[in-house]
Amino acid sequence: MAARVTLALFLVFMALAPLLVPEFYVTLMNYIGMATLVTLGLVLLTGVVGVMSFGQQAFTGLAAYTTAVLTTVYGVSPWVTLFAALALTAALALTLGFITLRLSGHYLAISTIAWGIAIYFVFGNLEILGRYSGLDNIPPVSLFGWALDTGRESYYLIWIMTLAALIAARNLLDSRSGRAIRALRFRSVMAESYGVDTAMLKIIVFLYAALLAGVSGWLYAHYLRFVAPHGFGVNAGIDYLFMAVVGGASHVWGAVIGASLLTLLREWLNDLLPKLFQRTGNYEIVVFGVLMMLLLHRTRDGLAPVFARLLPAGPGRARPAEAPALARREQPQSGEALLEVRAAQKQFGGLVAVGNLSFEMKSGEILGLIGPNGAGKSTVFNLITGVLRADEGEIRFRGERIDRHPTKEIAARGICRTFQHVNLVSAMSVLDNVALGAHLRGRRGTVAAMLRRDRAEEAQLLAEAARQIDRVGLGSHLFEPAGSLPLGQQRVVEIARALCGDPLLLLLDEPAAGLRYGEKSALAELLRRLRAEGTSILLVEHDMEFVMGLVDRLVVMDFGEKLAEGLPLEIQTNPAVVEAYLGGIE
Amino acid sequence: MSFDIVLWLVQDGIVNGAIYALLALALLLVFAVTRAIFVPQGEFISYAALSLALLQAGKLPGTVYVLVGGGAIAALLDIAVALRDRAPGRLPRILAVYVLLPLAMAGIAWWAAPRKLDMWIQVLIVFGLVVPLGPILYRVAYRPLAGASVLVLFIISMAAHYVLTGLGLVFFGGEGLRSQAFSDAHFKIGVLNISAQSVLVVLATVLIMASLWLFFEHSIYGKALRATAINRVGARLVGIPAELSGSLALTLAAFIGAVSGVLIAPITTIYYDTGFLIGLKGFVGAILGGMGSYPLAAIGAVGVGLLESFSSFWASAFKESIVFTIIIPVLVWRSLTTRHVEDEEE
Repeated sequence: MAARVTLALFLVFMALAPLLVPEFYVTLMNYIGMATLVTLGLVLLTGVVGVMSFGQQAFTGLAAYTTAVLTTVYGVSPWVTLFAALALTAALALTLGFITLRLSGHYLAISTIAWGIAIYFVFGNLEILGRYSGLDNIPPVSLFGWALDTGRESYYLIWIMTLAALIAARNLLDSRSGRAIRALRFRSVMAESYGVDTAMLKIIVFLYAALLAGVSGWLYAHYLRFVAPHGFGVNAGIDYLFMAVVGGASHVWGAVIGASLLTLLREWLNDLLPKLFQRTGNYEIVVFGVLMMLLLHRTRDGLAPVFARLLPAGPGRARPAEAPALARREQPQSGEALLEVRAAQKQFGGLVAVGNLSFEMKSGEILGLIGPNGAGKSTVFNLITGVLRADEGEIRFRGERIDRHPTKEIAARGICRTFQHVNLVSAMSVLDNVALGAHLRGRRGTVAAMLRRDRAEEAQLLAEAARQIDRVGLGSHLFEPAGSLPLGQQRVVEIARALCGDPLLLLLDEPAAGLRYGEKSALAELLRRLRAEGTSILLVEHDMEFVMGLVDRLVVMDFGEKLAEGLPLEIQTNPAVVEAYLGGIE
Repeated sequence: MSFDIVLWLVQDGIVNGAIYALLALALLLVFAVTRAIFVPQGEFISYAALSLALLQAGKLPGTVYVLVGGGAIAALLDIAVALRDRAPGRLPRILAVYVLLPLAMAGIAWWAAPRKLDMWIQVLIVFGLVVPLGPILYRVAYRPLAGASVLVLFIISMAAHYVLTGLGLVFFGGEGLRSQAFSDAHFKIGVLNISAQSVLVVLATVLIMASLWLFFEHSIYGKALRATAINRVGARLVGIPAELSGSLALTLAAFIGAVSGVLIAPITTIYYDTGFLIGLKGFVGAILGGMGSYPLAAIGAVGVGLLESFSSFWASAFKESIVFTIIIPVLVWRSLTTRHVEDEEE
């Protein structure tokens, strides 16, 4: 409620502001609005996804020049050129995105500098773009014949677009795609394991950021009525990054805060310092740099978290309401061949992590995969889920060969896993982390999310997540950041997430590690219940008491190879296994 | 294009490339140890080059004010921490490093400037003025943010770059300066006319690289830096303080910057903001070399020098843009050959 009131007050303030303040401040607010659009793109791209871009001004410039040329030379209406400009921006973004988003961290950042510099020279050297002196006499945007040619009129145009973009971005992050986007930065292998097309999602975020920059460029051209290359140099791109970082690079509203602070600060410094020092020099840049340092030293996450603390705390999120259950997969007949690993082989350099390993698993059973540390158990999980590709051999799931499929397609066949090293998005709530497990059970994409056309499905996904969290006994921790739970409970969150995927085959990598006795027996009980419902479970675990009382059969691995296979009782008395675990009697 | 022009361009390219290679090493070192893209590297070059030129002209370089002022700020920060920790025992060391040393260097420069001493003594004074800026910069700008994200560290680097460039304009003015050559001698080898200056540049570069190699392979501090570069947490667990490594890395970077500045000062006219562009070319070299390997970075940087020299012959107006656009094909090539965890063919 408090958040709503704050937002409403903010909107009222924004609506009335231009009527109350002098023209000069309206101009500043217009600049802030246009900068906010670009910065918002960076918040998503850099702050949330972790792709550092110095090149957003290239998109701003492209859109600004497109509309400038089309309106001045060809006399096209600005509303038409908006679409032309955005189409061109999108084409450039997709081209650059497909080439560069495959690059890892630093290369990507550098390539953004490179295209930023390149496009600046293109603007400055093309005759049709007026070379370095630019283009002027760009017409204002007009609405039903009414030209928006004053600062106050443009204000509404700029800020309606900016606020719409802010709300769309906030909606996007709070959705099925949003959860996946928030996992991209540090957890992309996990996201792929739950069926997220991480490459595509990155491109989409990149495209959205570019389009926001494009809208800003279009507004810029028609508000200033003039474009020139110097507005789109690398310095502009770095300024946007400053805004994102100072505002709080992972907070949507940080874009407004950062854009406002930097625009006002620059204006104020340029105005005040020459008076103070009685001469012009580069004092403003010195003072600006010092202030930025002081600010980041105080709050390295930017100002948005500081502002959030100032606002009255709300009552907290309510537990998701009950919603119609999501469709479930049909479990295969009990006893049907489910998983077949045949002569699988995986080497890392000279180390044979998995060597000539074969085993089979029937539907409806719990198969334990045990072995000393380093026996290759987690590598087997990675081979089955496609995170690693087997050098030789084959893996079949329900008769179909899956060892050449990408991870996300294997996930789509109903294989859900947990990770030995907990793989949760630590800043995201337990509920959102678990709901990510149900990614493939939803359909709604990014555009639907921005427009809030996904709420019915979202309610179903969240209700399902809440149910699974209850099931594993963490119902009282729904809204805590996953990273704040003790490690044992984080493992349980991983199980809930896997259950959310409605698995046919559940791969659990040391689920009982770090749990207390009572929690272990509750977990064993849960796994038995799942088996009764028809879910098959492949379990890696070191706690023998837990394993022996639970599994139907065991496969024992040592040095990457199968040492023994059989019923728990047989394995316990198998001399080879005893030797591997306890050391032989010399 | 005749053969001797080619040779001349190659020579020119190698001389510049050697300097870029030094800078590439400094940038890589700082990045590996602190995760900061060290934008202010260029300011060390400008400060050193301009200081040398001013000393030769018999004037006191403005670097002394930056040094004494920066040292005072660093000292205040450390004193505040020492008082908070109730550890007054640290005070003498803080004052010695951040206050007395800069004051002493400033004093020497003030005494030496009008006397126009021997060139080599002036070079030593320049080192004394510029190298301490490294640890001071680390203390003032970077240390409070140790462990922050690459993005935040980059923004801090930009902020530091703004401050140092702005101060450069204030203290050096907008005029470009060029120092005297170390030697005007020329050797003739066949058609090749080699200046002693370029031999000196290449020799100095090789010498510094060799001593850096010795430092990293055989000294305990060098090994500590390597350990931090490979694994920060692990290094800390075995007792290597992150602050020490960061400070040391920036000291080395400042030293390399000072050497580059002194070497390049007689070759090109240096303005208060020229260093940035020179540093950027070192960075391009590091990128071409893969941002991880020192020898490859050095080779990449020499490549940048050659490319720059040849493109300035053919299309001097586009010299800079050619150098920067060369990154794009390299990046594309990298993107096609790098193996990825996820499969992307659909």
